[in-house]
Amino acid sequence: MIITDEIIEYVSSLARLDLNAEEKIKIKGEIEKIIDYMDILNTLDTADVEPMSHVLPAVNVFREDEVVPSYPRDEILKNAPDSDEGAFRVPKTVE
Amino acid sequence: MKDYEMVIGLEVHTELSTKTKIFCSCTTEFGGEPNTHCCPICTGMPGVLPKLNKKVVEYGIAVGLATNCSITPYGKFDRKNYFYPDLPKAYQISQLYLPICRDGFIEIEGKDFKKKIGIHEIHMEEDAGKLIHDPIFDTTRADYNRCGVPLLEIVSEPDFRSADEVIAYLETLKAILQYLGVSDCKMQEGSLRADVNLSVRPKGQTEFGTRTEMKNLNSFRSIARAIAAEKKRQIEVLESGEKVVQETRRWDDDAGYSYAMRSKEDAQDYRYFPEPDLAPVEISEEWKAEIRATLPMLPKERRNKYIEEFGLSDYDAGLITGIKALADYFDDVNAIVNDPKEVANWLLGSFMRVAKEGEDDSFRILLDPDKLAKIIAMIKTNKINRNTGKDVFFAVWKDNLDPEVYVEEHDLAMVGDDDLVKDTVAKILAENPKTVEQYKGGKTKVLGFLVGQCMKELKGKADPGTINAMLRESLK
Ligand SMILES: [Zn+2]
Repeated sequence: MIITDEIIEYVSSLARLDLNAEEKIKIKGEIEKIIDYMDILNTLDTADVEPMSHVLPAVNVFREDEVVPSYPRDEILKNAPDSDEGAFRVPKTVE
Repeated sequence: MKDYEMVIGLEVHTELSTKTKIFCSCTTEFGGEPNTHCCPICTGMPGVLPKLNKKVVEYGIAVGLATNCSITPYGKFDRKNYFYPDLPKAYQISQLYLPICRDGFIEIEGKDFKKKIGIHEIHMEEDAGKLIHDPIFDTTRADYNRCGVPLLEIVSEPDFRSADEVIAYLETLKAILQYLGVSDCKMQEGSLRADVNLSVRPKGQTEFGTRTEMKNLNSFRSIARAIAAEKKRQIEVLESGEKVVQETRRWDDDAGYSYAMRSKEDAQDYRYFPEPDLAPVEISEEWKAEIRATLPMLPKERRNKYIEEFGLSDYDAGLITGIKALADYFDDVNAIVNDPKEVANWLLGSFMRVAKEGEDDSFRILLDPDKLAKIIAMIKTNKINRNTGKDVFFAVWKDNLDPEVYVEEHDLAMVGDDDLVKDTVAKILAENPKTVEQYKGGKTKVLGFLVGQCMKELKGKADPGTINAMLRESLK
């Protein structure tokens, strides 16, 4: 499959990646290789194979509905690049 | 102008009233200082492992069964990827490919319709946090207390043709959720939210028109207004020869109009893929049967019971059982006074009016059931008359006062003294010779005036029926 410049543009914007010209060329080659590999996989007959979404055979891994005290707010905010009045501070976001 | 028809589908989000969040053990309690109901899982720290709250699955199954859905025997979760700071992980854990319920329906009815609304699917997902704009620093503050609160998204088929049908569906769905005890359904607190997908088409056309999605609808009233405004807007667009653009619009209830939220080039591409951190959910026939056995009586069933057992009309029974709190209240009062029709008359009259006085769609009951029972009992035993009973009700409602004490303190009990009533009747007749003459001359309507005068003289503390009879007797 041909990976066009538009696809690279679109995928990087979806991933919020700011790529320079050099990186774009490099990534384009890498994505093409990955897609080519998928093409090889596609030659296999999988008509009788159930699609797999999980590698482990586990099902129904549940937790009971019991409250455990939350973290102290200072601990939670330690990882925030910026915080204010007990909240994470992020760039202006409006809809 | 052509005759147009609306086509509406609804996406209803309901926050489940579990004690803990869907993937971690933080409390779901409403309010709290920002980011105090948080842990590394619900704030999306790297390397954490979400673990599913069993109760969420049980509630999901219960809602599915109550809305005639088939329950998915093998389901799983998927990641919905998008960058928005209300979700710190940059993805929401939701269900796209194998939602917990599918293909159900809810029966709705109103003045001029009775129909089934299809449920396309119900899926489990996590709620997002809250963003607060800070005008001083021109930044945004994120509070993740609500992040990870369990949601069920109930997606209807595009079966609605009017705003009335939409409201009837929401009321029915809300009643079902409240009867099941899975959500408190407070629109103001965001625990019940509805997004409206709406399109219009010329009457008779079979294919759908282009639809828009309307968000930020915080009350039944704003939903009805937004539907009317969007229908008008789309018809105007079509009539002017333009095309409706598929977009998400945000309703501004104060301004009474909506505006487009996201431009087309920013079209959402969520790149869903299976959530690798959560194991699939297997729901056996046994588990389903177990939950079915614990389902409480649902609105429809209770309505039939009220009709058959209590002799209420279909309409009255529907109104009372349509609000769980009201039906529970009915049962409590009736258990004491054992007069279903009398209790129903109270609840559907004065009671309904004051209970709905709040700003929002909430239904507030401020008076204990035994206190309304006391008022009814005082009327039945002729301690007070019906009018006084109503006055007492309005007086004690707000502060949940004891009506017996209130009657005592305000000296409202009817005069038990028959002689006093007799004397009063005689006095009023003597004072109004002209009226008496008119009555005797055939103008029997003036009797009401005389009754009123007697009641006034007795400060309302008598039975107007008795006075009426006494007056008639004296005027023979
Ligand atoms: Zn948490």
